Amino acid sequence: MSVAAPPRTGTVVRVGPASGVVRWRQVAVPVAAFAVLVLLAAISMGRGDFPISVPDVLRTLAGLGTGAQPFIVLELRAPRVVVGLLVGLALGVAGALFQTFARNPLASPDTLGITTGASVGAVAAIVLSAGGAFGGALTGLGIPLAALLGALLTGVVLFVLTWRAGIDGYRLVLVGIAVWSIGTALVDWLLTNAEIHDAASAYVWITGSLNARTWDHAIPLVVALAVLLPLALAAGRVLGVLQFGDDTARGLGVRLPAAQAAVVLIAVGCVAFAVSAAGPITFVSLVVPQIAVRLAGGSRPPLLASGLLGAVLVVGADLVTRTVLPEALPVGILTAVLGAPYLLWLLVRGRRQFT
Amino acid sequence: MTVTTVAPGRAAPARRTARGRRWIGLLVLVALVLAACLASVAVGTRSMGLGEVWRALLDSDLAGEEAVIVRHLRVPRTVLGLMVGLALGVAGALMQGHTRNPLGDPGLLGVTAGASLAVVLSISLLGITSPSGYIWFAFLGALAGTVAVYAIGSAGRGGATPVTLALAGAALSALLYGLVRAVLVSDQQTLDAFRFWVVGALAGRGADVAWQVGPFIALGLVLALANSPALNLLGLGEDVARGLGQRIWPARLVGLAAITLLAGAATAACGPIAFVGLVVPHAVRAVTGPDHRWLIPCSGLAGAVLLLTADVIGRVVVRPGELQVGIVLALIGAPFFIALVRRRRTSAL
Repeated sequence: MSVAAPPRTGTVVRVGPASGVVRWRQVAVPVAAFAVLVLLAAISMGRGDFPISVPDVLRTLAGLGTGAQPFIVLELRAPRVVVGLLVGLALGVAGALFQTFARNPLASPDTLGITTGASVGAVAAIVLSAGGAFGGALTGLGIPLAALLGALLTGVVLFVLTWRAGIDGYRLVLVGIAVWSIGTALVDWLLTNAEIHDAASAYVWITGSLNARTWDHAIPLVVALAVLLPLALAAGRVLGVLQFGDDTARGLGVRLPAAQAAVVLIAVGCVAFAVSAAGPITFVSLVVPQIAVRLAGGSRPPLLASGLLGAVLVVGADLVTRTVLPEALPVGILTAVLGAPYLLWLLVRGRRQFT
Repeated sequence: MTVTTVAPGRAAPARRTARGRRWIGLLVLVALVLAACLASVAVGTRSMGLGEVWRALLDSDLAGEEAVIVRHLRVPRTVLGLMVGLALGVAGALMQGHTRNPLGDPGLLGVTAGASLAVVLSISLLGITSPSGYIWFAFLGALAGTVAVYAIGSAGRGGATPVTLALAGAALSALLYGLVRAVLVSDQQTLDAFRFWVVGALAGRGADVAWQVGPFIALGLVLALANSPALNLLGLGEDVARGLGQRIWPARLVGLAAITLLAGAATAACGPIAFVGLVVPHAVRAVTGPDHRWLIPCSGLAGAVLLLTADVIGRVVVRPGELQVGIVLALIGAPFFIALVRRRRTSAL
């Protein structure tokens, strides 16, 4: 029996005394995803009652639009696309952070209850609007703020309950299950007690929708992600070390509690702002990192590729709901219906196991 | 996972105490199941003395409102709760053993998503709106869901490994839920019926439901118990298990068949109740350790205790109304579970 040579995954680059391995797939996948994303976003901004071609959209974005184009593209259509793009980016990155941190491909903001917490806030704001001081106060906040508070509060609760001189990935998963159960029960309870009309609009919110988004939705997200995404990418380096196990990480000089706290809080922040802008577009954070790791290779979901592919999925799904389907479905349905079969196909075709 | 080294002289007593603890745990669980059954028959919107309940149970000729309530409402409901609790606890332990993932609940195998889609379609297309009307649709949907997950999970090279199974289940569930939502978002009437099914409840299910799902649950329990020694070997990793003479495929198939029967029947009877299958095995593992020959039966009994207790509490807290058992389970059970996770090292999978 001959031992197969390890597959060539990259090129060794040496510059003077420094050397490193460049893995081309890990470079090519984000670049390709970015190109597809730009194209999809431009197409999406061009489609509508007043069609604008892709070159014209790009020209308008560069500030060279003519006639009504700047108003239509920048004021009417861009907010929706920007919200979708950023939400996908945030959910993809957060999913990759959680999955790597917990060393579990099923760990995601959905299964750990953070998006569920946002749903509790938003559904309560929708359903309880009629009665009581509490309901009135919630409704006064508005749905996005109620969702943001719900998600952040749940994230903090999860963090506090898991914290015992550091965060163990396994304990995070177990506590997450419990938090998720409570959130789901509250949402179900609110839905069964609501007027059917309220329940229906709450259900659309739970599914995740990009309808009628304005710059008011986009700007908080832009600001939050401008802070959180660089932090997430910086944390990615530590994450690679954390994957070897706590003892090894400590031996390699990682300040463990601080690093763990940073990873979890950054991920919670990304999810909270994303969910507040568009609702819990479920399964993006679960499915996309697994797609990304299968495309780009490597031992864990790559952060940047996960984010960009998440954005591609959400913007693409939104484009499909608006142009292909006869009836505009919330984008959260399409992300699942488009993203899940792709992952299934990758699983059937896959040669390697990933954890 | 911790590795404990025990001095040779102390190994035997240590093992004996572990076994003693398990036997005591088992007996306590059996006693708790009996107590929960009794409470479930005795407590309800209409409060009765234990004497009245006892007479109604023993004397089948006794007429009157109390006797009818006990015999035709409470006893069937208790039996159903017992069966469903057993089924969900056992299915959860099996699922976590087979996927080796702490997030593995029976629904992950496509059971809940398949059943949900079938129920939604039966409401939307056929206009069925009663829980006992959904039952066969839900069961068929659950079966179809698991078969699809297993087919996809084992289609890739390397066969049905825990990771591919879990991911195939998650992805297929995502797809099916997407379809469920597509119907619900555009059809308010269906949402109106579906929102009460999806909570998970024992109320309104008569003796006929218990008779319908009973045989499937019984078969599933037998398969599960038969599967437990093999599951211990599979837990060492497939290569080691194969080296020890365990045949992988038959063991996986028996286990998955048991999960499908148990979780499918339970979901068909009561709607999706995720909490029992997810949480009970973790809590029980803290007492029994990872040996599946103990873990599986104990999880079943603990599931039954939990489900019946939650159902009784749900009848009492918002009298004269009722809180659905799925909601009570999560709201009361989850904080206990968190306390357990924080207080002691739960035995990892």
